[in-house]
Parts: sequence; C-alpha cells; structure tokens
Amino acid sequence: MSIVLERLRERFPAEVVSTHSDFGDDTALVRRERIVEILAFLRDDPELRFDFAMDLTGVDYLGEEPRFEVVYHLYSLEKKRRVRIKARLPEDDPAIDTAVPVWPGIDWYEREAWDMYGIVFRGHPNLKRILMYEAFEGHPLRKDYPKAKRQPTIGPEE
Amino acid sequence: MAEPVEITANVGTPDLQAEPMLINIGPSHPATHATLRFRATLDGETILDLVPEFGYLHRGFEKESEAATWTQVVPYTDRLNYVSPLMNNVGYAMAVEKLCGIEITERCKYVRVIISELSRIIDHMVCVGTNMVDLGALTNFWYFWKPRKEVYYLIEELCGQRLTTSYTRIGGAMADLPEGWTDRVLAVCRGVIPECIADVNALLTKNRIFIERTMGVGPISAKDAVSLGFTGPCLRAAGVPLDLRKDEPYLVYDRFDFDVCIGEAGDTCDRYLVRMEEMRQSLRIIEQAVAQLPGGPINIDDPRFILPGKPQVYENIEALMNHFKFIMEGVKVPAGEVYSATEAANGELGFYIVSRGGGGPYKIKVRPPCFPLFQGIPHLVKGQMIADLIATLGSVNIIAGELDR
Repeated sequence: MSIVLERLRERFPAEVVSTHSDFGDDTALVRRERIVEILAFLRDDPELRFDFAMDLTGVDYLGEEPRFEVVYHLYSLEKKRRVRIKARLPEDDPAIDTAVPVWPGIDWYEREAWDMYGIVFRGHPNLKRILMYEAFEGHPLRKDYPKAKRQPTIGPEE
Repeated sequence: MAEPVEITANVGTPDLQAEPMLINIGPSHPATHATLRFRATLDGETILDLVPEFGYLHRGFEKESEAATWTQVVPYTDRLNYVSPLMNNVGYAMAVEKLCGIEITERCKYVRVIISELSRIIDHMVCVGTNMVDLGALTNFWYFWKPRKEVYYLIEELCGQRLTTSYTRIGGAMADLPEGWTDRVLAVCRGVIPECIADVNALLTKNRIFIERTMGVGPISAKDAVSLGFTGPCLRAAGVPLDLRKDEPYLVYDRFDFDVCIGEAGDTCDRYLVRMEEMRQSLRIIEQAVAQLPGGPINIDDPRFILPGKPQVYENIEALMNHFKFIMEGVKVPAGEVYSATEAANGELGFYIVSRGGGGPYKIKVRPPCFPLFQGIPHLVKGQMIADLIATLGSVNIIAGELDR
C-alpha cells in the first residue's frame, strides 16, 4: 500500500472504508462525516502536503445504495503525488461538508457538483447553479435525467 | 503553503460621494472573446467587486459522452479547447489507454508529442495575439496569425481538418503521418515561427508602453495561485515551476531537453513572457522529437482496439463482423476508474473516467484548466481599474469551450 493510503488509514482508522491503487491511482473511500478533517489532514501533514485540489466531481450510481459519490482529486506539489478521495452519499440526504475552508479554489467545483448532481455542500458560501440557469429544474447529470429532455432556456434570475 | 488561505480583496474605500455602480460586461462582448460574463461593481473606474458568470456555451459534453461509445467521444473532445484541439484528443486517448492498460507504440508517442507542442505554440499565439488586440496593439495579432495559419495547413494535412481534428484513437491514431510531413513541420518550425516570435518580441518585450500597461496588472502570489488551483502558464508566471511534462513525464517527454520557465509577480507581463518562452521551448522539443522519431507502426497490434483495415473488411467475414461490432458497440474497456492528466496549453487537462465495462463510458469528467483560472479572475483584478480587467482576462486565456463543456 502506498504511503499516502497508509498514513490515512493510520490517522483515520474508523473513517477509511476501503482503499485501492488500481491503474496506479491511489484511492480511498471514506465516510462523509469527518471529510473536512480528512482533507485538512491530507493538506497539512508534512509527509503528504496535498496543496492542490485539482478536481471535484460527483458520480451517480443509480440503483446502488448509497447512490451518490463525491470524488476529490488532490495533488501534492512538493511530493509530486496524487490521491483520490471518495465519499458515498445516500439518495435521501445527498449532503457533505464543504471543503472551501481547506482550498478556496474548490468553491466552483462544489457548485458544479450541486448543479449537475444535486449534491449539497453544507456551509458552502454561495451554493448556486453554475453552468445551468437558476430556473432550470432538476440536475442534468443524474442518470434518471433523460438526455433528450428539453427545458425552455430563460436567462438567470437577478 | 499549507495553512488556511484567506483570499482578501484589495478593495479601496470609495472616494466619490456616490453609490458604487453596477456594470454588466458580456456575455457577448468583443473583449471577452467568448461567451463570458461579468457583473462588476465599480467605484469610478476601480473594481470593488466582480462576479464572473459562464455556462452560455454549455452543451452537455459529459451527458453526451455517457451515451456514446469510447471512440465517439473523441470528436466531442475537439470542442473543449478549440484553440488547441489536438491536445484534448491526446489527453482523452491517454486516459482511456490507461484504463485499458495499453502501451502505445514508440512512433505514436513521438507523434503525439509533436502535435501537442504544435498545438501549444498556436494556443499561446492566439492568447498573446488577442490579448494585444485588446490592448490596442493589432500588429502583433497579424504577426502571429501567419505562423498559426502555416501550422493549420500542417494539421489539415495530418487529419483532413483544421479545427475539428479528432486525430487520436484508442491505441493509436486515425492515420500515420503523411509522406514528408515532418520535413514540412521542420520547415515551419525553423523558417516561419521563430521569425514571427522574434518580431513580436521586438515589438513588445522592451516596449515601454507595453511594459507600463502590463506590469503589475492582475498580479497573484504563488501561495494564492496554488490554493486557487491555478496550473499552467498562469501558475508558472507566479513563480511555481509546476509542469507535468517534467514532474510526471508522460509519453516521451523525459527524453527531451527543455526548460520550464517561470515568472515572479504573476502579473500580465509575466504571463506574456512565460508564454513567449514556452513557444521557444516547444520548438526545441519538436526539433528533438522529429530527429528521434522512430519508424514502425503508429497503431498497436491488437484487434480488440484497432479497427481492421478496409481490404480485410471487404475480403473476410471475421474482419467484417469485427468492424461492425466496433462501430455499433464500441471498444470493450475494462471496468474501473482512472484520472489522467496532461499539461495542456493552459494548464492541467485532466480526464476522470469511470467505466463499468461497456462499449462506452459510465462517466467522464473533464478537469478544464480554465475553470480555476476563471474562478480566480476576481482575485486578480479587485482594486484595479476596469480597463485592467480586459488586459488580465486576455492574458489568462479563458476558452469558453472547455470552461462550459
């Protein structure tokens, strides 16, 4: 197991559900409750130093329970390493704490995940739609949103 | 670089006895280049607050991809960063190949390096050229359009299209290089591009008007740039030498001798200087790549991923069936998830792909380099003049195609 996943398991034994390094990508599936602590640890630990939040997205595993997944991709400038952190969210409460206090740059990624999947980031400073307009109904990247569905395009609400 | 970063705005106190003015810029405005929009709160000409908005070019790349086969996604990637489409093709193909465990041929690796670096050069030319148009220096734009046109002739010869290239395939490329193509690449790289770079360099780099207009305009510190997720020339201009070609060498970038150039202040002038130098470094890489270009096939020898040739399709039934299944069902890619990143012209272009083992992707997420850059625009220009917003926006090089997807 890679040093990143080892450190993570050592520090949060109860939070890490599973890990794998398939295709060379270190991945940890964690519980959502202490996600901010986990991310802050990854950023601050002197052996890890993941100072870049490169990407955040949601995935909709329709038919599985828990249905949604939030995926963080982190990069360490100093150690030149990457890690993927994932957390599962149930369909009836797709919410997780925001990581904006850890990386200000993750702000818009969270807004996009809200827009596309309806994932709620608790404590986010400005959780509004970002690609779609305010009056848009539904979350287009959910698997139960039909690709061919059309909605009237109207401008954003001021 | 690890403690919590507070992005504090450098906002002056209003000096006029008036209320701040709200002004709308875009989405259809010549200086925003694409469909970007800002709501600026101004005190006189000073920007107190700026809210960027986008999404006007959103066309559901990720949703469309989920209904397509692996190969059908390639044309969609052209439309991400339409200024350097070949790089998107390469980035996507590499991500799928990582998932399949494919090691592409040596020749293909070199070809991908050459087309990526050509794309980087024309991308930087567009950025610098249009940025200068916004600042009133039209000549540079024309000086850069000439070599760009020459490169487009090369790209057209390579894949039949100038813009919608769709050149790469899973495990290789659409076709091998045309006869004598590398000689023409060298002719352009030696005969046309350096001269134009030198012309623009002579017009701008020591030009007092240019320096005073761009120095200190839209600056960012290294620490803020990292915490905002900046990558590419904008991050390097702030002094952080992150370049995936050096730090995580993919393809064959570890075999070339080239330098990563960085700036200091992270302002518009540094971004210009970094881009100019990167073009010269790309020329160096192309020279070396063409010199080392090996022979052999461009595609891997694996019927699971590569279409059978037309003569076989017409002559035997197995190839015909194989061809049919390829087109109708798509390449079979194992289940799993990968994230693959390449150094595109604007920064890290990442593809996160989830496969459930079908002929098409379950999910594709693009990490466009412009996304965090556009998010950081307010931080770059708050407290500065409204005209500096135009100068900064051009130097950051936001491409709406990849921003909105």
